[in-house]
Amino acid sequence: MSPTVGILALQGGFEAHEKIVRSLGAQAREVRLPRELEGLDALVIPGGESTVMTLGIERDGLAQPLRELVRRGTPVLGTCAGMIMLDRDHLGVLDVATERNAFGRQLHSFETDLELSGLGGGPVHAVFIRAPWVRVCGARVEVLGSVDGHPVAVRQGKLVAVAFHPELAGESRLHELVLGMNGGRD
Amino acid sequence: MQEKRRLLALDAPAPLGRVSGSKLTFAMAEDFSLSGDQTPRDEATFTVKAGLAEMLKGGVIMDVVTPEQAKIAEDAGAAAVMALERVPADIRRDGGVARMSDPVMIRAIQEAVTIPVMAKARIGHFVEAQVLEALEVDYVDESEVLTPADEANHIDKWAFSVPFVCGATNLGEALRRIGEGAAMIRSKGEAGTGDIVEAVRHLRLIRREVRRLGAVDEGELPTAAKELQAPLELVRQVGREGRLPVVLFCAGGLATPADAAMVMQLGAEGVFVGSGIFKSEDPERRARAIVEATTHFNDPARIAAASTGLGQPMTSLESSKLEPEQLLAPRGW
Repeated sequence: MSPTVGILALQGGFEAHEKIVRSLGAQAREVRLPRELEGLDALVIPGGESTVMTLGIERDGLAQPLRELVRRGTPVLGTCAGMIMLDRDHLGVLDVATERNAFGRQLHSFETDLELSGLGGGPVHAVFIRAPWVRVCGARVEVLGSVDGHPVAVRQGKLVAVAFHPELAGESRLHELVLGMNGGRD
Repeated sequence: MQEKRRLLALDAPAPLGRVSGSKLTFAMAEDFSLSGDQTPRDEATFTVKAGLAEMLKGGVIMDVVTPEQAKIAEDAGAAAVMALERVPADIRRDGGVARMSDPVMIRAIQEAVTIPVMAKARIGHFVEAQVLEALEVDYVDESEVLTPADEANHIDKWAFSVPFVCGATNLGEALRRIGEGAAMIRSKGEAGTGDIVEAVRHLRLIRREVRRLGAVDEGELPTAAKELQAPLELVRQVGREGRLPVVLFCAGGLATPADAAMVMQLGAEGVFVGSGIFKSEDPERRARAIVEATTHFNDPARIAAASTGLGQPMTSLESSKLEPEQLLAPRGW
């Protein structure tokens, strides 16, 4: 049976992630309610507005179920606002502190090619939209890539978080990475 | 847990290799903010412009005229705010020329919130757009809600680094705007009425025309482009992909959580709410409820709960009873 990847769909760029997930032969499931987190092989927390997502996670009682999903060892990919959701100040599962809108307003959004350590096949085409960066990271956190000296891609166990949007460039290797960690099902 | 956290900033562990694009930087970990090397990058590309609209999907963009309103909108879950001089309902009531918002107000709104700040410019008024770009707003709305500045030409949006959203009543109009450089489209509806009927008409029409192009024989696309008065390349793209080339939101007359959920079910990718929030009895509560209904648009029980106890909606006008010169949607073409 093909694996099922949940995509948090409270708000933001969840559809582009669904396309990538399906292109890898996995099932994509939009997650808006706690029960939709059950039986997932991996989870993607997409980009969007982190304030909206924070309110939605609170309103819909998703914080605790999301933390439990991480504790059970389900691999998670967070992109942009998704990275912020995982950090110390939000879900508190990824030992980093992030800086929101760190590169500035939309006029300073950009795309670039980025080498990520441990990811074969050449640089990732990375789209940064009003993106955050990692300000501080804990010792268990591995920095995979940086821009202007600021970490923008990190990994801690089965959590992978990037400040950019691989899904907007049709980049599927990060999704493959979390799917390959396969420790999801209870 | 707290004491176990070994912060890099304190530990100064091994240098980081293989970082930052083509340059190999050996920044010490605590030096994150000190690196002088700039990673090469491309700004203001169409991917970056349309990308912000992708991130607004499933969200509610709220009209605000003051920093206080912007803060209320942000706290209620707005994905972005739209700064304008007066909300459409007041423009209708007071008349006169409606223009871009005062830069002082736009700056104050930018300082009040961390979510994207959009602002409206008059149709064809490229200098208002230049001013908004200089203020670093996140999106410019070339809007029929303001009084048009040019009867023949829309703004050449390719000339700008800031992205644009434009209104449309049908597919041809949407593709003309995209051809001019718009990176996001909103169906126009009839702003400031609280009547959703025009929004539904425009959204249904755009979606129907997109579906039709998906079914048309490729050899008939040039004729379709002529009928739509739209660039052939964009018509071909819609035919091939079966969707608009950019994100499609719905605007104009939305006043309730059920209105927002209805247009989402009809295929809108997000909503703009103008007068509907700050002209209602309890803006904060209504704003939260519309956000909730936009996320859970397919869940009638949630929409019912969100619709409960909101107080009075905005004072509404039936669009079909408006005189032709009172209509905003025919502005732009």
